Amino acid sequence: MAKRIMALVFAAVLAAASGVRADTLVVCTEGSPDFLNAALSTANTSFDVTEQTSDRLVGMEVGGSRLVPGLAESWTVSDDGLTYTFKLRHGVKWQSNALFKPSRDFNADDVLFTFRRMSDKTSPYYAVGGAYPEFQVLIEPAFKAIRKLDDDTVAIELKQPYAPLLNVLTVQPFSISSAEYADAMQKAGTPEQLDQNPIGTGPFQLVQYQKDSVVRFRAFADFWGRAAGSPRTAKVDNLIFAITPDASVRYAKLRANECQIARYPNPADLEAMRANPQLRVQDNAIASISYISFRTDRKPMDDRRVREALSIAVDLDGLVRAVYQGSGTPTASMVPQALWGHDDSLKPRPHDPERGKQLLAEAGYPQGFETDLWAIPVARAYMPNGRRAAEMIQADWAAIGVKAHIVTYEWGEYLRRVRSGEATVAMLGGTWDYPDPSQLMLVWGCDAVASGRNTAFWCSKAYSDALRQANLVTDQAGRAKFFKQAQQAFYDEMPGLLFADVRAYVALRSTVQGFKLHFLGGQPFGGVSLTQ
Amino acid sequence: MPTFVLSRLGMVAITLFGVTILAFALIHALPGDPVELMFGERGIDPERHAQLMAQFGLDRPLLEQYFSYLARVLHGDLGRSLVTHQSVLTEFLTLFPATVELAVSAMLVAVLVGLPAGIVAAIRRGTATDYGLMGLALTGYSMPVFWWAILLILLFSVTLGITPVSSRLDVAYYIQPVTGFMLIDSWLSGEPGAFRSALSHLVLPALALGTIPMAVIARMTRSAMLEVLGEDYVRTARAKGLSPARVVGLHALRNALIPVITIIGLQVGALFGGAVLTETIFAWPGVGKWLIESVNRRDYPVLQGGMLLIAAIIITVNLLVDLLSGLINPRIRHAA
Repeated sequence: MAKRIMALVFAAVLAAASGVRADTLVVCTEGSPDFLNAALSTANTSFDVTEQTSDRLVGMEVGGSRLVPGLAESWTVSDDGLTYTFKLRHGVKWQSNALFKPSRDFNADDVLFTFRRMSDKTSPYYAVGGAYPEFQVLIEPAFKAIRKLDDDTVAIELKQPYAPLLNVLTVQPFSISSAEYADAMQKAGTPEQLDQNPIGTGPFQLVQYQKDSVVRFRAFADFWGRAAGSPRTAKVDNLIFAITPDASVRYAKLRANECQIARYPNPADLEAMRANPQLRVQDNAIASISYISFRTDRKPMDDRRVREALSIAVDLDGLVRAVYQGSGTPTASMVPQALWGHDDSLKPRPHDPERGKQLLAEAGYPQGFETDLWAIPVARAYMPNGRRAAEMIQADWAAIGVKAHIVTYEWGEYLRRVRSGEATVAMLGGTWDYPDPSQLMLVWGCDAVASGRNTAFWCSKAYSDALRQANLVTDQAGRAKFFKQAQQAFYDEMPGLLFADVRAYVALRSTVQGFKLHFLGGQPFGGVSLTQ
Repeated sequence: MPTFVLSRLGMVAITLFGVTILAFALIHALPGDPVELMFGERGIDPERHAQLMAQFGLDRPLLEQYFSYLARVLHGDLGRSLVTHQSVLTEFLTLFPATVELAVSAMLVAVLVGLPAGIVAAIRRGTATDYGLMGLALTGYSMPVFWWAILLILLFSVTLGITPVSSRLDVAYYIQPVTGFMLIDSWLSGEPGAFRSALSHLVLPALALGTIPMAVIARMTRSAMLEVLGEDYVRTARAKGLSPARVVGLHALRNALIPVITIIGLQVGALFGGAVLTETIFAWPGVGKWLIESVNRRDYPVLQGGMLLIAAIIITVNLLVDLLSGLINPRIRHAA
């Protein structure tokens, strides 16, 4: 009997080996979305979902940072930079679900609803979402009102000029929701369905979400981009996110063909992945910055010579090789290659401990000094190993007589302490959310000193003025010029030492076609197909 | 008996009250706050930070927060997650069946393998079989769960390709949850192959999670058997000319099982702990992973509610065991 049961179990196990279908693309993702409507979220897992289901007024080229028309076919900006007028696309169909069938196409009312919901506390839907963190941080400070000019035209009015607005609008939290669906759900007494069972105008529609397990999408046949030739058009019938938090397990699933794309591979596995003929590794530059900042308002680092000494004492090439293991190249431009406004003429200063010693002596510290050196406790693409980087810097500084004590805390606590000004030398970094250099450059401006986000407590008139100018001008070439000026000021004054321009990776089965790694916000899976 | 039950119930109430205080205090002793972590390195200016904290009700004094929490709990409301805005109880009820399914299967594996292994080792005491089995048990006991799980995946799923790597069901099946137990839901769905798929997905996680309890049970069974096998009544049974199978199976095993069952009971708590790692590796959507993630994101309501619910379940199980032993053994009842 026991033998027969064993045989049965074994047969069952054998028979269950999964059948793979060319019409279903399975992506091993890293975590559950906190919301299915990115408007409520700050997490990339949510942006990934909304990217498939919905559209923004302004779109972005897949894998790049160029603006492309989205639900708005075109837009104009008034001369004072205070009014943005959007001409909306015609014939855009809404998805439907078990609760709701749309009676009309997308129009200005949907745009109005979406933005009023996030900005107007008297809107019945304001309280349904509770908080709109991206809107509150990225748009609300400049936002005045949104107006409907006619069924196909809306205008966003600002309190003050805010040049990044168009770039900001490409982020998934500003995806347009259906006003008609919202009304229907409110009448039905289930307004929460708007966010829990969202419909959009995007290439895929949401079918099912099971927490910590799976997100299912089906291709949306009436996607407007199909006729318009959008590269986001679905090329598979079904798209599935298999939520798999462990990177080694994502790799194992990829090898077993349980998924065809594995996101965020372990850097240590890349070599083996490349060697496997059934797999492929793709990479793309990401828009991130990583650095240590020096407290420029305190002795001894208020002296530029000291900051230069500390910078050139670090063997940046060696550090980047050891810490980034091939995923980064040393940089001296604040704006990464991935973004417009990058300044390729800025190169890291050569490693020169002798000159470093000399500079310290000139500044009055021939014997060196002691300092703290904060190391981030989490692994990030922009800084895979903060501890290791700190130890290498510590050793390099010891060679010029500077004794550094490494300090680290649990992540939330680390951020709080660094921002409250406890660190003399703080390691930090970040990733851009939208393709506008200003986002992470503002961190180094005079205005960011009070909040402690400017961990160098550096207030340079040249730098902040250039950023202010770049915020007033609305044409991209003109703005890029000011961003380069600001980067030059940073390079000259050295309030911090930049580490590396970084690449991100994804592993795929060799049957996957048309995938482009996107580096800002959610990853599009439209346009991806499978060959057998 | 009624006084006994009442006193036990009183203890339960006091313990649960203690759990709410402990959970609340521990959680708020953690550094960092949910808003800070939500924005991470991007940072958020103090004004917006305060605005969001107020929106979550986290700006009020701690004592006030605790008492309003307690008041809501007494009305049966465990609050909503700060991260997903979903009701804590709903999230728990969605995820808990997965944990139970995994834990029960792991325990089944542990008992079905551990018990016979222990018996065989005891009968063959001092032989190569005994040393081999006990060596394996020791190895299993010492193996870190996450490492063992990855080894199992690499061997059975990647190299041999006979089991799936992770999750609860092949993604080709689209099944609406009814009970939350995948074995039952896939059976009910009537989709051909779904049940087999669910079963095959359960094999590796159950094995990984069941290994340590299996080793513990095998070793405990062996020593309990050895003790019993040396008793006079076993010698008598043998002397009566009973078959070895009857002696071992009927006379020895029954008595040896008493301490083994106690151990199995104790292992249930350990299973919850081990489930956290197993769930993460096998992408198993259970409560262990849910709680760990809430710690990382400082999702206070989920942590408070989750800890309270799990404590309540463990206390209830203990209460039942207590009442049962009281029923069976009057000495326990009167000592209370």
